[in-house]
Amino acid sequence: MTLFEKSVAGRSAFSFGFEEDRAVAERYVPEFARAAVKPLPQVAELDLVRHFTNLATMNYGVDTGFYPLGSCTMKYNPKINERMAADPRLTVRHPLDNATDNQGILQMEFELKECLQEITGMDDFTLQPACGAHGELAGMLIIHAYMRDHDAKRTKVLIPDSAHGTNPASATMAGFQVVTVPSNERGGVDMDALDKLMDDTVAAIMLTNPNTVGLFEENITQIAELVHARGGLLYYDGANLNALMGLIRPGDLGFDVVHLNLHKTFSTPHGGGGPGAAPVGVKKFLADYLPIPVVVCRDGQYALDENRPHTIGRMSGFYGNTAVLARAYVYIKMMGRDGLLATSRAAVINANYVKALLSPYFPPAYDRPVMHETVLSAKGYDKYGVTLLDIAKRLMDYGYHPPTIYFPHFPPYAEEVMMVEPTESESKETMDSFCDALIKISQEAKENPDLLLSAPHDTVVTRVNETYAARHLVTSHRDKKGT
Amino acid sequence: MKIQSDARYAKSDEWVRVEGGVAFVGVSDYAQGKLGDVVFVGDISVGSTLKAGDLLTSVESVKAASDVYTPVSGKVLEVNHEVTAKPELLNSDAFGAGWLAKIELSNPDELNGLMSATDYAEYRKE
Repeated sequence: MTLFEKSVAGRSAFSFGFEEDRAVAERYVPEFARAAVKPLPQVAELDLVRHFTNLATMNYGVDTGFYPLGSCTMKYNPKINERMAADPRLTVRHPLDNATDNQGILQMEFELKECLQEITGMDDFTLQPACGAHGELAGMLIIHAYMRDHDAKRTKVLIPDSAHGTNPASATMAGFQVVTVPSNERGGVDMDALDKLMDDTVAAIMLTNPNTVGLFEENITQIAELVHARGGLLYYDGANLNALMGLIRPGDLGFDVVHLNLHKTFSTPHGGGGPGAAPVGVKKFLADYLPIPVVVCRDGQYALDENRPHTIGRMSGFYGNTAVLARAYVYIKMMGRDGLLATSRAAVINANYVKALLSPYFPPAYDRPVMHETVLSAKGYDKYGVTLLDIAKRLMDYGYHPPTIYFPHFPPYAEEVMMVEPTESESKETMDSFCDALIKISQEAKENPDLLLSAPHDTVVTRVNETYAARHLVTSHRDKKGT
Repeated sequence: MKIQSDARYAKSDEWVRVEGGVAFVGVSDYAQGKLGDVVFVGDISVGSTLKAGDLLTSVESVKAASDVYTPVSGKVLEVNHEVTAKPELLNSDAFGAGWLAKIELSNPDELNGLMSATDYAEYRKE
C-alpha cells in the first residue's frame, strides 16, 4: 500500500503553513501564488514513520546479509565514510563560494587525486564523471580528441567480446566505430585476432583487467606492446581494480587512460540511480585533454584550473559529486597502503575459496585460478527440470542475495552461468554457510525440484512473472482510485 | 529443437527462406530456446540496404539482449510488425509467424554459403 492510498483528508504530520505562505506570495509575487495545494498524502506522523520503517525492513543489503552479486563488488561500506561525508564542514559549503573559502574541499579532492594517481600509476586525474559509464565516455572523448589532433584516420576502437556492455556504448557515443575482438579458450584476448585487427585505423583498445569473467589478462604486456607499436592507445576499465590494488598498477602495464568506479573498489554507496563518481586518470601526454576544471595545487594554495586549451569540456557541474568523492577519500586514508593491498589479496583469496568449495557441484567456466570473482556453471541441472534461475530463487529462502546469473554473457547466448563475488569483506564462516546452502540446493534439485521451481517461499515477494512484467511494462504508478 | 527443412542457416542461428525471389529472415528455433522468453524485438528500418553479416536488429529476452545478423545481402522490403508487437511469436513459431524481415536478395549466390537444414541439425546437435 502506498502512502497515497493511506491518505485520509485532514490528517497531517507536518504543516507547511500553506495559507500563510499564499497570503505572502499574493502580496509580493502574485504570479507565484498557488491556487491549491498539490494532492500530497495526508497521514499522521506515526503512520508515516511506520510506513517507511516497514518498507526499510523489506529491503536487503550488504548491511543485512551476504550479497555475492558478481561483477558488482558489493563490499561493505564502512560507516565512518558516512559520518565524514555528513560533516558540516563539507555539507555547508557551496560550489560557487570562491576557491579561497573552499580550500578544505579542494585539498580533499587534490589529495584524492594524488592517492588515485599512486594506486593506478597515472599522471593526472579528473574527478568529474558521475558514474562508471560517464567515466568511460570521458575517457573515450579524451582519446577521440587526441587522435583528432594527431592521427585523425584512427576511428575504430577494439573491444573484447567479454567486455561489459557499457564499453561499446561509450566508444560509440564518443564517435568511434566498435570492432569486437574474440576471446581465446582461456578466457583472454585472442592474440592472433588482435594481431589482424590492430591496424592504423584503430585509435585504442578498451580492456578490463581482471576481465569481465574474473580472469587476469595473461597477455597484457604483449597486448600493450602490440597496440602501442602500431600507434594505438590502451584504455583501462577499472571496474575490477578491487583485485589489483597495491599488486599491479594499470599505468605500469601500459594503459594510457583509466576510469575507476568508486562505488566498487573504493566503498562508496552503490547507485540505485543516486549520485556516483568515476574519476578518469591519464598519462601526462593526455593531461591537457582532461575535462575542466582540474583541481591543482600552486604554492600551497588549491585552485581550479580552467586553462586547458585542449580540454574536452565539462563532464558535469562544479567539481563532480563531492560527497561521494569524500567517502572514497576517507576509505583510502583509513585503509592506507597496506590495508588496500590486504583488501585486494583477501578479495582474490575469498573468490578462489568459494570456487574450490563449489566446483564439485557447479564446475567453473575456466579451469584456472580466478581473481576477485568466479564464474560457475549450472549446466547439468536441466535434466532435473531446473534452471539457474530456480537455483538463484531458492537461495533467497536461505537468506542470501543470489549471485549474478546468466552473466557474463558468452556471445551469442546467456548461458547457465553464475558469477559469485564474495569481496574481501566476508568471513570464512559466512562463505562456508553460503556454499553449504548452494550445495544443499544442488541436492534439492535432484530430490525435490518443485521446491526450487516454486521458490522463493520465505521472502516478502515470492516468485514474480518476469516475462509478463517485461512484455507488459507499467512505467507509472496508479493507485486503486485510478488517480 | 525444430528445424525447417526448406530454409538455409547461418552459424549465428539465423534462417533464411526464399519465396518467389523474396527472402524471409528470422532466428532459428534453437536460438529462441537459448534466448528464453523474448520480451522485445528491436526496430528494423524498411528500405535499408544491408550486407550479409550486418546487424539486422536486436532481441531481448528475460536473460539478455542479443544481436541478430542478416544472413543475406539486400534491401529490406518489409518488417514483421506482428512480432514487434507480440515478441512471444518468436518463441512459439520461430520459423513461421516469428519471421523478422523480408529482404530483396541482391546476391542469391550467398545462399549456397549457408548451411542446409541437415548440416544445421548436425551443427547444433547437443
